[in-house]
Amino acid sequence: MNFAIELILSLLLLLGGSLILIGSLGLIRLPDVYTRLHAPTKATTLGMGAILIASMLFTLFDQGSLSVQQLLITLFLFISAPLTGHLLAKTAMHQRLKQIDKTKNADLIEVARDRKAPNHSSD
Amino acid sequence: MSFVRSWLPRPFLSLVLLIVWLLMNNAFSLGQILLGLILAMGIPLLTEPLQTQQMAVKRPLKLIKYIMVLMWDIVVANLAVAKLILGPTKALQPGFIAYPLNLTGDLPITLLASTISLTPGTLSAEVSKDKEWLYIHALDLPNEQALIDEIKQRYETPLKEIFQC
Repeated sequence: MNFAIELILSLLLLLGGSLILIGSLGLIRLPDVYTRLHAPTKATTLGMGAILIASMLFTLFDQGSLSVQQLLITLFLFISAPLTGHLLAKTAMHQRLKQIDKTKNADLIEVARDRKAPNHSSD
Repeated sequence: MSFVRSWLPRPFLSLVLLIVWLLMNNAFSLGQILLGLILAMGIPLLTEPLQTQQMAVKRPLKLIKYIMVLMWDIVVANLAVAKLILGPTKALQPGFIAYPLNLTGDLPITLLASTISLTPGTLSAEVSKDKEWLYIHALDLPNEQALIDEIKQRYETPLKEIFQC
């Protein structure tokens, strides 16, 4: 492997690592359960994407064979991440976990929990 | 024809299963292809009673374009959320919106909800029973109507064209 490829691989790994670190930081910094839900779903998409691309490039240049299993990991992540987010949000609503006071339209939680249409549906 | 239908009820699903099997094994040897073919035929036959009729993709090329747009948006929006997390979190204005759905059908709605969750900053929380409203939580919500309009023209309108529903 020449220097340029090693540089690209390192940059991709650093980018992925930083994004996942930021996602984890979000878990500490963000104020309530609903906002915290945003942090991990994000880290899995771009952060994991960068690391998996680095892994694919590494096998391509190191062993000379194209490895496609990483693409599958990406696919499975993209299918499972939204589901996890949805189920966690649903659970939070049913457990009546407290949202921070300045949340806009917090009354929508009440109708969303029962899967009803919003009351102001006429407008 | 009916012979093919009864032994290969879902040709597209079979093809996907075969490809996924080969990708998972990272090998294209004859043995793996044979084993993959057996699984690709067997699994759809076994799960056929569990399947529900889903809407078909009518515009495959538009779907590819949609995936490209989505990939790009994920990259851009990831960086935006990273900035929000690192910035002053007290300044965030989180909020819920009720998004009026124009789409019909479970598959298109699921795809839209997943898209919304994958693009950072928004998360689909629930869909109303009548399938006309999608409840979305946004990490930073300065303007509700702007978010609704953006989802509508960037994701829902293309999905509507793809499925023609």
